[in-house]
This record gives sequence, structure tokens and C-alpha cells, in this order.
Amino acid sequence: MSPRIGVVTFPGSLDDRDAARAVRRAGADPVALWHGEADLLGVDAVVLPGGFSYGDYLRCGAIARFAPVMTALVDAAGNGLPVLGICNGFQILCESHLLPGALTRNQHLHFRNRDQRLRIDANTTAWTGAYEPGDVITVPVKNGEGCYVADPATLAQLEGEGRIVARYVEGNPNGSLHDIAGIANEAGNVVGLMPHPEHAVDQLTGPSEDGLGLFTSVLKHLARVAA
Amino acid sequence: MTVDTVELAAKDPELVQPFAALGLEPDEYARIGAVLGRRPTQTELAMYSVMWSEHCSYKSSKVHLKQFRDKAPASDRLLVGMGENAGVVDVGAGLAVTFKVESHNHPSFVEPYQGAATGVGGIVRDILTMGARPIAVMDQLRFGDADAPDTARVLPGIVAGIGGYGNCLGLPNIGGELVFDPSYAGNPLVNALCVGVMPRERIQLSAARGPGNVVVLLGAKTGRDGIGGVSVLASATFDAGGGPAHRPSVQVGDPFTEKLLIECCIELYDAQLVAGIQDLGGAGLTCATTETASAGGSGMHVDLERVPLREASMEPHEILASESQERMLAIVTPADLPAALAVAQKWGVDATAIGEVTDTGRLVIDWRGETVVDVPPASLADEGPVYDRPVQRPADLDLLQATDPSTLPRPSTPDELRATLLRMVASPNLCDKTWVTEQYDRYVQGNTVLAQPEDAGVIRLDEASGLGIALSTDGNGRYTRLDPYAGAQLALAEAYRNVAATGATPIAVTNCLNFGSPEEPEVMWQFAEAVRGLADGCQALGTPVTGGNVSFYNSTGATPINPTPVVGVLGVIDDVARRTPMGFPTAGTILLLGETHEELGGSEWAWEEHGHLGGRPPAVDLRRERALAEVLIGGSRDGLLLAAHDLSDGGLAQVLVESCLRGKVGAQITLPADADPFRWLFSESAGRAVVAVADAPAAEFTGRCDAADLPWTSIGTLGGDSLSLEGSLDVPLDELRTAYEGTLPCLFD
Repeated sequence: MSPRIGVVTFPGSLDDRDAARAVRRAGADPVALWHGEADLLGVDAVVLPGGFSYGDYLRCGAIARFAPVMTALVDAAGNGLPVLGICNGFQILCESHLLPGALTRNQHLHFRNRDQRLRIDANTTAWTGAYEPGDVITVPVKNGEGCYVADPATLAQLEGEGRIVARYVEGNPNGSLHDIAGIANEAGNVVGLMPHPEHAVDQLTGPSEDGLGLFTSVLKHLARVAA
Repeated sequence: MTVDTVELAAKDPELVQPFAALGLEPDEYARIGAVLGRRPTQTELAMYSVMWSEHCSYKSSKVHLKQFRDKAPASDRLLVGMGENAGVVDVGAGLAVTFKVESHNHPSFVEPYQGAATGVGGIVRDILTMGARPIAVMDQLRFGDADAPDTARVLPGIVAGIGGYGNCLGLPNIGGELVFDPSYAGNPLVNALCVGVMPRERIQLSAARGPGNVVVLLGAKTGRDGIGGVSVLASATFDAGGGPAHRPSVQVGDPFTEKLLIECCIELYDAQLVAGIQDLGGAGLTCATTETASAGGSGMHVDLERVPLREASMEPHEILASESQERMLAIVTPADLPAALAVAQKWGVDATAIGEVTDTGRLVIDWRGETVVDVPPASLADEGPVYDRPVQRPADLDLLQATDPSTLPRPSTPDELRATLLRMVASPNLCDKTWVTEQYDRYVQGNTVLAQPEDAGVIRLDEASGLGIALSTDGNGRYTRLDPYAGAQLALAEAYRNVAATGATPIAVTNCLNFGSPEEPEVMWQFAEAVRGLADGCQALGTPVTGGNVSFYNSTGATPINPTPVVGVLGVIDDVARRTPMGFPTAGTILLLGETHEELGGSEWAWEEHGHLGGRPPAVDLRRERALAEVLIGGSRDGLLLAAHDLSDGGLAQVLVESCLRGKVGAQITLPADADPFRWLFSESAGRAVVAVADAPAAEFTGRCDAADLPWTSIGTLGGDSLSLEGSLDVPLDELRTAYEGTLPCLFD
């Protein structure tokens, strides 16, 4: 049986169907999860998709973290459930304190959508095992508040523990500290990524197929955990 | 608070009413009295004033627009034609597509961010109302000179507003236009297009039928925003000082609420819980209630105090005229009401029963126990005044057409030609538009196959079969100023050509007609000629107009804008994997299709290099356009084309630069021995495209051109890292890229 990967829909989620398509292309079954239900339906991993949950009111992700589904998700993540937060999903993971730091307004103050070059720096997480450290991939970035910030101690810890999963190369699109595009938690099962790998799974509709590796990585991870 | 009621209106027939301040003519006011058999209540007067405004009633344009119907070519694809919120066409595989372009010019001038944002929101609701899921947007923007101070005020806000709203709705922005011309300095044009898709059987009607059915208001609460926006904002020319004649309240958008409204409505449609639906746009509840009741041939009763308000002190006419955004009016059977309300609750959308459909043939509105409105709905919605306004050919047109660009100094040495090329690609109208387009999400929904700067946006509709659509819009105010009939046809021809260049077959047309004041006979002549040209052109190309929008009263000071019909063409493509991109491949032969004549009237070169506008625009040959389109579509379908790019503003030079930079490859161009390089590079003759073909299928492709009586010229080969023209030019791509990409960031960062 194929692994089942949940994709959460909050009010204002936009890339949920794209994330489900990427899960399907990677060979898993996408399962729709609803923000109002504190039930993960027994899925093997969860994707928090991009969008503007709750209209980004107050702060990006600040309201979504109180959704019933997040209560269940925070517990499950603590027990090792692989969780990938993309863009708004990354913001929600920071607001939920599953990941440290915060995502703030882009330095240039504009929303920016471009094909971004990323370097994968850590392949030890549940979501990046299919890459080699140093791999440079092309994935769309599109955000207004994607500038990653954290205090110096946190940044040093992230660097020291190899938890910076991906960095922007050939230009930082939003002013993120240390060119950070994505980070992982200590255990490596929770990853937040600002760019959108789900938009780079098919040459026809994206700049590359480089993003598919995020989704195949978690299948590899799940197979290894099961073995 | 005392309010004027129907009872008082009968008792006090001589009350002096401020009809003129509301924009009504004396004879229009008299006509209201005749319709009602009494004076209108103050609330009714406000309703008539907004519904009979130019914006809602199309009173000056109707007599011309009917040509779109009278001359419409036969089409077995047309499911819903003009007159509905948006036209609907059959694209096969059980799917229907609806699309429309609309203006939001004046609000965007007053308040750039919110004006542009709510322009997107409004057109998206038009598409949603038809039963479709919105799947993409495009924006057509026109400003004064790029370096004019007011451009710096309005442009960044307008772009941010379009992005802020569209991005938050999850709609890819797949193309559009950005044009600078001083005629728009005090009146920028902000047009917005939306396209949506639905299963054929899900098409919704805007008619209120079935006495006893419940009238449900969905979405945002009603506030004082946008009151009078339609009649005051859209129908009053800005004064010479650049400020609005009346300080209005522009509507404020909340895209999050609209996103929920979209999901809620689509779930209602799929569960077949609505019997009729209408969006609330210009003239708000007034328009929605009268149009649905009129379309249904029914009556309607509304209890106005049930409308959820942001401000409790709002009076009946304010509630009825409010243009608060993100609202829809649904007609629901009593049996379906609980289920419909449950769907709304699931999505967190407010839903309130505010009245019911009746069989009285009257729209009756009560407020706090008194009747404030009792009117025949068709008198507001469909039977407004119609004017056949006087037309007069502009007095300066002969002189303008006689001022031919043939005498302008031209580059005469290779160095001058090189410098001209670099200045042209760096000019604001021809330069790279990434500064704007990267503020828009083009990837969301995962079906964007082509997006700007490609000739047309291409969206996949069906993942299994690859069925998709292509969309392009074009307009050229300078051409239309020189010859409105030809200018409208050139806009149509260009959009048609753009769609065909991607490999899609053009099937339908929408338009947004931006003009000056209809009360000026010279403007009205431009309008009449442009509509006639467009209607004739659509007939000749076999693409019916399915809907559109008219925006009058666009002027900078006392000078009307260049007449600007923006034309959108929708195409269908069986398999999006077959689409032809515009970027050159790394190797191959470049062919120029069509004929190049000396046609520089209204050209980008004449304007940019000499500030010259005169002569005649390029000649229109729609038979040639059809032949070109068929060759491009067939070449795409059969895999003969590696790239295709249509020629328009800036001519061949612009196309070569864009396709080389997009493909990151150089080109070595050799023109025919007798060719004048300047004319070949910068003339804007219509009916042309550049294609790249591999060596082997080249003969097959040129054979098809010959069979279609389409002239072609082999003009060079691909490769290397510079664009060279044998005997005169050799410009490295890096130098072209620097010139092309530097302009907008330099102006607006």
C-alpha cells in the first residue's frame, strides 16, 4: 500500500491541490485534512501548503496555529511524524514553535515570484534524503513575507547542528539571514521551506522537476522507518 | 430618522428632488415619474440614478454594441452570449470556459492599491457568478510617461494591489500589458481579465424565478464604502487639476473573504443548492436585485433591515447603493435553504435571507415596517435611457494622418542602427516587464504552461488529456487615434495572432473599450468606428464577442485619452504539451512569415525616437491573419515549430531580441539582398510572425506556407551569444540583456 500523506486545507490555503498533485506524482496517496478537525486520519506524513491562511491576519500563520488540526499535528510531530511546511506552512510551523525563528516582510517590501536557485545543505532530514549535500536545484519562490530571521544564538545553533536545509544561491530573493530558505527541527522530521517544491514537479508547468525530491525523500524515509 | 416612503411620495407629489446632483437629466427624471405614476421616493431616485448611469446602463454605447450580436459569426461553441455577467464557450470534453475583461480606471487613479485590487475582485466575481472556478487573471495597465511624477505615485500601488488581491485568491496571473503614453497621465487605465472553467452542466443563471424562493445575501457585511462609486466616480470626468470632482469613498477589498466566497459558491453549485445567483458589483444590491428579478420576469420582496451592516446608521439608499466588496446574491428554494446555509457556515461565509421571490412583477423593498421602494425591476435593469449620441470625425484627423513619419531622420550608419536598437529595447514600452510580473504569482494551481512574457498565457484544464486554453489581450491607443476602425482591428488581429502563435485555435473575444467622454462627438465617433471595426473584424475572423465592458469619461485634463479598445482573444489547444514557446532553441533556422512593408505610422520607433504620432497605422489584412494562424496552429500540432513569436510593437528587432534573450541563444540574421535593414527591423506591418524550425522539417513547414499563400523569408540561423545582422550589427546578448532589463528597476526601485 502506498504511504498516505496528509495535505491540510486552512481557510485561505492556496497551494493545497498543488501539494496533493506533487504527493501523487511522487507515488503516495494524498489525503485531504481539514483545519477544523483535530484528526490526522492516520496519515504517514503531513504537508502544510502555501497560501494565506486566515488572510494572513495578525501575522502570517499566527491564527492557523490555533486551528484544531494543529493541536493534533504538534503532538504527532513530537512523536516523529514527518511534517513539511511550504511558504505559509513554514510560517505556521514557526508560529507553532515546531521550528525556531520567524518569517518577516521581504526586505524590498514587494511580493516576489521568481525561479530561484537553491543549494541543499542538509540531506539528513525526512524530506531531503533524495538529494546530495551541495545539490543546486531550481524551484519557484513566491512570497511577500519570506525573510527568515532569528536571534544570533539560534542562527549559530542551526548552523552548528546542520539544520539549515536549503540556502538561496545566485541571489537572495527576500533578505533572509544566512540566505536561509529552509530549516529543520532537531530530530529532522519537521522541515520548513519558503520556496515551493510542489511547483517544480513537472517540466510542463514548472521551471524544473527538481522539487519532486522533497516528496520522494519522505517516502524513502518512511520505508526506512518501517523496515 | 424619517425616511421617504412610497406612501409619502403619493401624498407629496411636488417635493423638489436633487435629481441633477445625482447625475440624472430632466427628461430622465420625468421618465421615472411616468414609469411609477408618481414621483420616486428618495431611495428609488438613488436607485434609478445609479442604474441609469453610463456605467450600469451603457446608454451611450448600446446602439453601437449591438453590432457585436448582429454581426456575430456562427459558432457552435457559444453557450452563453453577450448580456450575461460573462460569455461562456464550449471547449470540449464536457468543459465550458467563461472569460471577461473589465475596467477599474477611475478608482485606481484615486486610490491605486484598493482601486486595482477591487478591480480584480470584481471581475473574479463575474466569472464565479457564471458557475465557474476562476483559474487565471491578466491585467492591462496604461500610465502616463514612465518618468512622470504621477506614474511613480500610481504604478507601484496598482501593481501591488493587483498582486495583493490576485495572489491571495490563488489565481495565477498569466499575462497582460504595460503601456506608457502621456495621454493617460491623469487617467491611468487599469483593466482586469479573469477566466474560469466549469463542467458544462454547472452554468448558473442570474434569474430570480419561483415565487417563494428565498433571496440570500452571501459574504461581507454592507458598509458605506463605494457609495455612489458608480455614478459619481465612473461617470464624472476628473477636473483639470487632476483631482476628482467629488471626493468619493473607494471600495476596500478583502481577498480572504473573496477566497472563502469562491469555495463556498462552488460547493453550492456542485450540490445544486442555488436556483439563481448574481454578484454584487457596481450599484451593489440595487443592481443585483433588479437584474435578477428582471431576468426572472418575477417580482421580489426584500426586507432591508435584514441586511447585515457595518454601520447601523446607514439609510436605505446607502444600503442599496453600497459597493462593499465580496458579496453575492443567491436564490435558494426553501427546501434547500438549510443545506445552503450549512455550506456557507462551513466556509465561514455570512449568509442571510433578506427576502423572497414573488409573482407580483414588482421589486418591493421594506425598511422598518415601511415600503421605501416599489418599482418594476425591468425599468431599472433593462429599460433605461438609450442615446444615439452625435458623432463627428475629429477635426485634426486629416492633418494627423497627413503627417507621415516617412520624413523623420533614420539611423543611416551601422553605429546609429546599433544605438537605435539598444535605445528601443530599453524604452519603457518595449523593455522587460519583470519588475511588474514578478509581483504576481504565476504558478499557483499548478496548471500554468505559459505565462508572460510569452505571446499568450496557456493554462491546462485537464491533466489527463492535456486540453487547455490560451489567452492574450492587446490594444494600441496610438493606432486607434490615427484610425479607430483599423486600430480596433489591429488590436484584435494581434491578440488573435498571439493565441495562434502558441498553437491554440482562437474561438472567442472579449473587450474593454476605454474612451473619453461620449458627450463629445469626436470621441463618440472614435467609439463608433472602433466598435464597427471590431465587430467587422470578429466576423471576418470567425470569433464572436462574448462579452465585455465600456469605460467612458477617460481624459487627462480636457484632453480625452487615446481611444483604447483592449481586445482579449481566447483559444483552445487540444494538448498543452504541444504549445509553441517564444524562446529560441539552441539551433535551427529562423523564418519570418508574412510581408514587411514600410509601415511606421503610430509605430513605437516614431514615438520613442521622435515623439511623433501621425500617418496611418499598419494595413489590416484579416484573410492573411487567418492564413498565418492556420499555419502556426498546424505547425504546433504537428511538431514542426521549435519557437514562434508574433510581430507587433517594435517590429522584427524587438522579436529577435526577446526570443534570443528568452532562449539564451544568439542569432545570425541575413536579410534579403535588397532589404533596407532599418525598415525590416522597425516597421510594424501586421500579419507577421517569426518562427524557428529544425532543418529537417523546414521544407515541410515552408511547403505549408506556400500552400496557404503565406509569404515567408528565411532570415538566419541560431547559435552563438550575440545578435548579428550581416554587414551592419553585432550586439552581444549580455549587452542587450542589460539594456532590456534595466529600465523598470531603475525607474521604480
